[in-house]
Amino acid sequence: MTAKPRTRKKPSTRAALRTAKVNAKAKTKAKASAPKALAVLIGTRKGAWILRTRDRKSFALHGPHFFGHIVNHLVSDPRDPRRLVAAVKTGHLGPTVFRSPDFGETWKEAARPPAFAKAEEGQDGRAVGHVFWLTPGHPSQPRVWWAGASPHGLFRSDDEGGTWSGVSGFNDHPERPKWSGPDKDGPPDGATTHSILIDPRDPRRMYLGLSGGGFFTSDDAGGGWRPLNKGCAMDFMPEELKNQEWGHDPHCVSLHPLMPDRLYQQNHCGIYRMDRPNDVWVRIGDNMPRTVGDIGFPMTLHPRDPDVAWVFPMDGGTVWPRTSPQGKPSVYGTRNAGKSWQRLDNGLPREQAWYTVKRQCMAADDGDPVGLYFGTTSGAVWNSRDEGQSWQNIAADLPHIYSVTVARP
Amino acid sequence: MTRVYLPTPLRSYTGEEATVTADGDTVAEVLADLDRRYPGIRFRIIDEQDRIRRHIKIFVNGHDVTDLAPGLSDGDELTIICAISGG
Repeated sequence: MTAKPRTRKKPSTRAALRTAKVNAKAKTKAKASAPKALAVLIGTRKGAWILRTRDRKSFALHGPHFFGHIVNHLVSDPRDPRRLVAAVKTGHLGPTVFRSPDFGETWKEAARPPAFAKAEEGQDGRAVGHVFWLTPGHPSQPRVWWAGASPHGLFRSDDEGGTWSGVSGFNDHPERPKWSGPDKDGPPDGATTHSILIDPRDPRRMYLGLSGGGFFTSDDAGGGWRPLNKGCAMDFMPEELKNQEWGHDPHCVSLHPLMPDRLYQQNHCGIYRMDRPNDVWVRIGDNMPRTVGDIGFPMTLHPRDPDVAWVFPMDGGTVWPRTSPQGKPSVYGTRNAGKSWQRLDNGLPREQAWYTVKRQCMAADDGDPVGLYFGTTSGAVWNSRDEGQSWQNIAADLPHIYSVTVARP
Repeated sequence: MTRVYLPTPLRSYTGEEATVTADGDTVAEVLADLDRRYPGIRFRIIDEQDRIRRHIKIFVNGHDVTDLAPGLSDGDELTIICAISGG
């Protein structure tokens, strides 16, 4: 790790917001050009597919890649968008990672996939069940990738995903078992380490989410971690534990690239925003309609406006069905950092549509207006090319969708 | 030399060959040699703690083994199968 510490005085949140919006306007102006190729990368329970488009109206479906394999995450490298990395396993075989240098024309398996350290004789060692999450490293570290695993584990590659090593500062952190409980305490599909975020100003500042366990930050590239959960509810915990600093269930956390002290979180217990250095989550989901609630999985941000975000609410009542409330799917968007929310369902089914959208399954592109994409566990992909004002179905019959990401190949 | 029979999910490593050979005096050594010949194949069936993965079974001459310690002799047959499940 060689990055130099920041010396420039940190701007206030309000000043950062002003700067971000000015930058956003400048970028928007510069964008009036010919349509660029865009791809929607889809990981499913039975392989991966790629939807290609130039106009965001018509899409061509390519695939499958890794037919029959479980693809938990398929991500393009923003530092070289032709490079893809995929988290892959099958129902029977162990987890691995594949890489493509040519946008899926060819694939090569990692020579050393993410794996925990071998336990000492007589100790019950941990084993990676699946690689759940992939995050490209900081732009100043063009070969670095990060991976989150199930059960909880953090891994790093310094060679574009070819070989992976455990991040001891997290995997062996003496308090990690306390934060998340033993591996058996995870959700039915396994405990997941996700939302690995890198501060664009400083590669040493990182974040990650544990489902369950909470949200954590590191100031030294993963060497040490501390909880960042104040203000976040834990309705599911016994009364005497509700105020502890760990044990939360952050379903998905996103950091705004132009205002990196602003974080949005879709949590098991609501929608939150944090504006650091005020390290307290504010529940902006209280401003959602009561009949819809503020439970869901994805949290998607506008790439240029830190006040704009989208969520996909799902029913978190009774036995946690995690389907669109009342069978009426809708994205909800805010344009004022969560003070108010707008229902965005024009074009989506009006009734009897019980969509589940997983945490990696909603994404935004960099167009103007921004395009949005989400994929369901019933294999449908929807897109909006007007920031959610209207929706069209662009794939109907894929397998159970595990991830949707966007690339500019 | 041990003959190793592979299930279809592992044959992408062997150029779709169902039967290959590997050297070693124990199951562990044969699997290590198999991985040298077909890089990556071992980790798909054996985890980082040297445990046979949950949905994998290994047989030596028709008898199932639960760890990698059993010895092998020249001409033995090692069969790897996936649990009969899916969907």
